[in-house]
Amino acid sequence: MNPSNPAAAPAAVTVSAGPGYSFAYLDAGTKRMIRRAILKAIAIPGYQVPFAAREMPMPYGWGTGGVQVTAAILGAADVLKVIDQGADDTTNAVSIRRFFTATAGIATTTRTAEASVIQTRHRIPEAPLVEGQVLVYQVPIPEPLRFLEPRETETRQLHALAEYGLMHVKLYEDIARHGHIATTYAYPVEVAGRYVMDPSPTPKFDNPKMDDCPALQLFGAGREKRIYAIPPYTRVRSLDFEDHPFRVQSFDRPCALCGAEGVYLDEVVLDDAGGRMFVCSDTDHCESRLGESCLGETRRADGQTGEAA
Amino acid sequence: MDPLLSVEGLTKRYGRRLACDGIGFTLDPGEVLAVVGESGSGKSTLLSLVAGEVAADAGSVAYRMRDGATRDLDTLSAVERRALMRTDWGFVRQDATQGLRMAVSAGGNVGERLMGIGDRHYGRIRATALDWLARVEIAPDRVDDPPTRFSGGMRQRLQIARNLVTAPRLVLMDEPTSGLDVSVQARLLDLIRGLVAELGLAVIIVTHDLAVARLLSHRVLVMRAGRVIETGLTDQVLDDPQAAYTQLLVSSVLAA
Repeated sequence: MNPSNPAAAPAAVTVSAGPGYSFAYLDAGTKRMIRRAILKAIAIPGYQVPFAAREMPMPYGWGTGGVQVTAAILGAADVLKVIDQGADDTTNAVSIRRFFTATAGIATTTRTAEASVIQTRHRIPEAPLVEGQVLVYQVPIPEPLRFLEPRETETRQLHALAEYGLMHVKLYEDIARHGHIATTYAYPVEVAGRYVMDPSPTPKFDNPKMDDCPALQLFGAGREKRIYAIPPYTRVRSLDFEDHPFRVQSFDRPCALCGAEGVYLDEVVLDDAGGRMFVCSDTDHCESRLGESCLGETRRADGQTGEAA
Repeated sequence: MDPLLSVEGLTKRYGRRLACDGIGFTLDPGEVLAVVGESGSGKSTLLSLVAGEVAADAGSVAYRMRDGATRDLDTLSAVERRALMRTDWGFVRQDATQGLRMAVSAGGNVGERLMGIGDRHYGRIRATALDWLARVEIAPDRVDDPPTRFSGGMRQRLQIARNLVTAPRLVLMDEPTSGLDVSVQARLLDLIRGLVAELGLAVIIVTHDLAVARLLSHRVLVMRAGRVIETGLTDQVLDDPQAAYTQLLVSSVLAA
């Protein structure tokens, strides 16, 4: 698409919430089935509940599982936020938000604090979640043991008997190969002292946020047809070795835009000469801070304010 | 004292074919029993039945646990059975790719059982793995290589290390030396004989090679068409076979 010629761009597809669509797209029977799966998942924290995932009007890998969970729990009064890698303005986030605006007519927001349901791909917002909020994760591969044990019959048995030695074999391999636990995303966690769970490909930076979280966390895997959950205030422990304890990444500089420290940063390449900067991966967090006049190095140098990159 | 393992009337049918027909034997601690016979005689099925990997149509397997109580393996829960299999028992397979995790390093393969029983100290697991690799004559600089880069003989030695790391009392071996050339076979047999004597292992070894049976075992069980046709001390059976089939088997061995 040529951005200099907006007339050549196709008109935005609008889907009316009129006759022909159920509220939030899915029919009542499907929602009921998904809600049952969700209830079961909440009752057994970390356990993967099979469900009859439907075809959704988007390709697998774009959040079909998360969208179905969101569709099943949305009410007319809900305010929806959708993020993709922390950003509210990427294709995946924008199109899912528009999908629910069109099919459910609900309000959307980019502000974490204002949202009642947050669908996410690969991040947990920086702003602390509160009671009453629901975080819906899009999950590509729900089985944490999959790459070590390809047989589904066997992994189910391992979960049933809580035989998780194999998970540590993966961490052992990391240390043997790299000298430290090199798994940086989809880092396995033990939920409520029982089931080991894949937290979806979130950076392990976000793992501590899952522990004792006041919000309800739901995970939907559309292609693999699994739903699992972490109820509010549940113990979530990242697996590790006694002599190689779990640690999150740290960044040696603050966000270049808003100066935030202790947040997850994205590297942005600026030019072909090796120029780069590190900015908040959570765009809402960054914008809020800019609104409060917190400035990082680039903004101070440019004398700009307020506007996010 | 009770035997370590007692097997009674084990029977398994595959359709109309009888793979094992009422097989019974006992095994004392530290005793090596060789099961010999031609291909298709039910040797491997017998091993799978004992290990509980194949459900028997009839018969029972009783094992004296570490606490001294003899339990029928059928009465164990799935959790107890799996715990027993990965701590007190070992299973060395004919095809090493079935007994190893081919994508995981040698150290990880040896360490898996330790992590399975709850060891969560990397340094300790690795030290134990290195110790075991040395005991099965694998150079310490291969500890981070996956078994895909190992030769056939090394894979079998790695399998043995992986099984012995939890100090099991009973090891089942299914043709551990087949497919290896004779010099590698000889070294492997020597290693197994050394470890069995040193650790006081009870072993059931399935083999079609009478030389393996003579070298390793105290007693021999000769099988044919799913039945035990002769049993006794190894030297006695091999030097003075009574059953016609055993005589045929013994006389079929080529002298080098």
